[in-house]
Amino acid sequence: MHDLTLAKIAQGLAKGEFSSRELTQHFLERIEKYDSRFNSFITVTGERALTRADAADTQRAAGQAGILSGVPLAYKDIFCTEDIRTSCGSKMLDNFKAPYNATVVEKLELAGTVNLGKTNMDEFAMGSSNETSFYGPVRNPWNTDLVPGGSSGGSAAAVAAGLAPAALGTDTGGSIRQPAAFCGITGLKPTYGRVSRYGMIAYASSLDQGGPMARSAEDCALLLNAMAGHDPRDSTSVSRAVPDYTQSLDAPLKGLKIGLPREYFGDGLDEGVERAVREAIAVYESLGASVIDVSLPHTQHAVPAYYVIAPAEASSNLSRYDGVRFGHRCDDPQDLMDLYKRSRAEAFGEEVKRRILIGTHTLSEGFFDAYYKKAQQVRRLIRQDFLDAFEKVDVLMGPAAPTTAFALGNKADPVQMYLQDIYTIAINLAGIPGISVPAGFHEGSPVGLQILGPHFGEAHLLNVAHQYQQATDWHTRQPDLP
Amino acid sequence: MQWETVIGLEVHVQLATQSKIFSGASTAYGAEPNTQACAVDLGLPGVLPVLNENAVAMAVRFGLAIDAEIPEISVFDRKNYFYPDLPKGYQTSQMGQPIVGAGEVEITLEDSSTHTVRIHHAHLEEDAGKSVHENFHSQTGIDLNRAGTPLLEIVSEPDMRSPKEASAYVRALHTLVTYLGISDGNMNEGSMRCDVNVSVRPKGQESFGTRAEVKNVNSFRFIERAIEVEVERQIDLLEDGGTVVQETRLFDPDRDETRSMRTKEEANDYRYFPCPDLLPLMLDQAYVDHQRTLLPELPAEKRQRFKEVLGLSSYDAAVLTATRAMAEYFEQVHTRCSDAKLAANWVQGELSGRLNKENLDITQSPVSAEQLGDLLLRLKDDTINGKAAKQVFAELWSRTFETADEVIEAKGLKQVTDTAAIEAVVDQVIADNPIQVTQYKDAEPDKRGKMIGFFVGQAMKASKGTANPQQVNQLLKQKLDALL
Amino acid sequence: MAIEHADVLRAAHLARLGIDDADATRYVGDLSRILEMVDALQGVDTEGVAPLAHPLDATQPLRADEAIEPDRREAFQACAPSVSQGYYLVPRVVE
Repeated sequence: MHDLTLAKIAQGLAKGEFSSRELTQHFLERIEKYDSRFNSFITVTGERALTRADAADTQRAAGQAGILSGVPLAYKDIFCTEDIRTSCGSKMLDNFKAPYNATVVEKLELAGTVNLGKTNMDEFAMGSSNETSFYGPVRNPWNTDLVPGGSSGGSAAAVAAGLAPAALGTDTGGSIRQPAAFCGITGLKPTYGRVSRYGMIAYASSLDQGGPMARSAEDCALLLNAMAGHDPRDSTSVSRAVPDYTQSLDAPLKGLKIGLPREYFGDGLDEGVERAVREAIAVYESLGASVIDVSLPHTQHAVPAYYVIAPAEASSNLSRYDGVRFGHRCDDPQDLMDLYKRSRAEAFGEEVKRRILIGTHTLSEGFFDAYYKKAQQVRRLIRQDFLDAFEKVDVLMGPAAPTTAFALGNKADPVQMYLQDIYTIAINLAGIPGISVPAGFHEGSPVGLQILGPHFGEAHLLNVAHQYQQATDWHTRQPDLP
Repeated sequence: MQWETVIGLEVHVQLATQSKIFSGASTAYGAEPNTQACAVDLGLPGVLPVLNENAVAMAVRFGLAIDAEIPEISVFDRKNYFYPDLPKGYQTSQMGQPIVGAGEVEITLEDSSTHTVRIHHAHLEEDAGKSVHENFHSQTGIDLNRAGTPLLEIVSEPDMRSPKEASAYVRALHTLVTYLGISDGNMNEGSMRCDVNVSVRPKGQESFGTRAEVKNVNSFRFIERAIEVEVERQIDLLEDGGTVVQETRLFDPDRDETRSMRTKEEANDYRYFPCPDLLPLMLDQAYVDHQRTLLPELPAEKRQRFKEVLGLSSYDAAVLTATRAMAEYFEQVHTRCSDAKLAANWVQGELSGRLNKENLDITQSPVSAEQLGDLLLRLKDDTINGKAAKQVFAELWSRTFETADEVIEAKGLKQVTDTAAIEAVVDQVIADNPIQVTQYKDAEPDKRGKMIGFFVGQAMKASKGTANPQQVNQLLKQKLDALL
Repeated sequence: MAIEHADVLRAAHLARLGIDDADATRYVGDLSRILEMVDALQGVDTEGVAPLAHPLDATQPLRADEAIEPDRREAFQACAPSVSQGYYLVPRVVE
């Protein structure tokens, strides 16, 4: 059952081929059996999951099941789940049981899904390798010497290893797409504002967006149907009708205009990755698409702009972790200053501290204009690059990351790590949707093809990804787990 | 040397919304600690702010009332600092693009002179919680019920030159916000809090001196005193060859001094930046126009109308419009009795006197405007005389009767206007007081007018106060003069 | 723009992060490399370009003014490190 797509699982449940309890039990057993190798879960909610599965089975027997009823899922541990630890991968929240559900969790629960547990992640979603988690690094199911990517590395590894049929991730600078690419699964970052951020612990509020990580584009469409939509509790969520994303999956691609940003195929791109991506594009040509060379001239400025904006927002967003109302508090604080400084120093990891310091520094008096304001101006130029490109083409394609998964401990230098996100970060700055789909292997590691569309172009992106997955079988590959 | 005082104020007005500025928690005062602090107010992980439409509307109406521009776009910023009563580690405020632009407020001083104070801008922000230092051994308790209460911070230009102008300005703002109904104006509960920027300069000098900010001056009484002592301190300092340091000071009314609050070792760096959880607030012309239609009659307009339409004096108009409650009370009394001057006299005289004596607000008056209006109607139609009216008022005040008519009936206060009955009383008084009659006759003609008062008093007494005093007076004069 | 030891200590203090001198020295290295990368932005011509704070040109929605949140103090304080009589407790703050 663990090699089935969500769509197939939904069918199987509908036909009575298996019950939600059997299915849930199966995934829980696999987590029990295999996850010590990958460390993809922080918290497994076995008993709750079985109770939910039984409820879904009862509902189905009563003829009241929806399409996602009884389908097991996992949540990145950044989504608040009521009465379940929500750690955000940090010691700071190791003792935090959220008193509420995130809006997307609420929606998916309403749709009848079963929560298997909370997946590992880079601390506060800051990282590209899942090595910054307080709960230890996650390992890539294809090769446990390698990282799964980050920050949604736990979700990606869990789905790739067949420990969950699908999972939720969040993407601030590539945190869904890059781990999806490294682990050989499909991951969608929706348009900023498409999915509610309420109850999704903030890293960088103007960039964060939750999205599905699954075995196929069709599965992502099924999940996005349940997740998307305006939330009155999130001012930045968009009030705009949500289409049925599964409806347009089968539209033919004849006449599709694909733009290849030349900046995405330049220096630093691993040859093996480029080869796989170009082969994928050739598949599209065979499906009737045409390919046009385009330019996104401000690409090289995306990483620098991001590393001003994201840490600035983060430095402010993370001020609430002060040891007063929840979270870690140091022992025997001498005074208020000691309480603040020690609680935060003890409970935040290195990368989080680095970003808080950078953000605090760049927002300081005398630096604001040179850094923050400048970065926001550049942000507008970056968005304009995409708006211009989508005047000429329907979608853009390129690699999701410059390399395949790298070895644990391989990127000790923060800047080198940041440059990993060169192809994904601009998308968050512009707020457009992007999807990574499995497009082959290089030296045994999966390669991700990234497809980008204009704002609110998810339906078309999913259609374009789905058609590729009808023509290829890369997305069906799973690592052998002895 | 002659010194000139320069004063600017930042007044924080708590807006009278039902719920917080960014959450659906109640703003009611006085609840058990932390029972009105929801996840958003507490800054729990993952929660997000959504702006209260009423806080926006109230700010806009204030802006319209001071003739300010309402910019089409305004932006919320984060002011970052750590404090236990500030749950998120930042205060959501407005720095660069506030909701209300430049405007002006007219103030009236005791000598009836008027001045204009320019408003630099007004912006929306959230209030912080409260720290409680008692009851917790070597610890401080934090109550976040107030956290997230909407505040309108009104920032004036440094246009005031005396403590009296400053307090008149705060009174004018108080009158304005209570008229607009955007704040309860309750200073005791912190609904209006003032930070006062004070500096002095040699008279005639154009550039400003270094200012000190005196924080949290929270009663009309203390505003003037706080400024006075701060001005004295600065002048003493300068005359002794010292310099004023730009700093924040706290007024201590018990010790009658201001003292430095500089306990922190470094200057604050609030790292303002636009709040990424809130989008730019856009208010189009249609919205602003609609808010304009919701404005009540403002104090200045009301004053004008009281003078021009109701024929009241400037003084009466000013007193009766000082608060919206006062104006409303007066207008109801006037509607009932249709005599503006009479209503004005009674509201300012008998009623206000009694209220002051018992330290009551006009909204707490035991005598309602309807009751007083009906009473004045009886005075006006001569059913009772002035003396009886005061007696009726006293009865209504003690709530022994429901209406003026009930009192008049029960106490037999109806005025006697029957000439024959009054004549009988008058004749009796003349017959009973021969000595005084003789004195009257012997007196110089111009003294007689005064002497007649004695006979009137006797006649009123004899009629138990019910005789119409004018009639009594007239008849006595006739009859005594006939004896000459 | 280079970052110096004092800048790191200042930022750490503003951010209430307890770091010692050795930490600060390490951060000077890390943060300098990051800022060096970021400094590339200075070369971008942004004359007349308005800053972009949000990726969409959306405006702020408004909420009806209704007090609808129930009292959930018990649930919220269940995860608090120190409470008494409904108050959150911190070491005595001197004002």
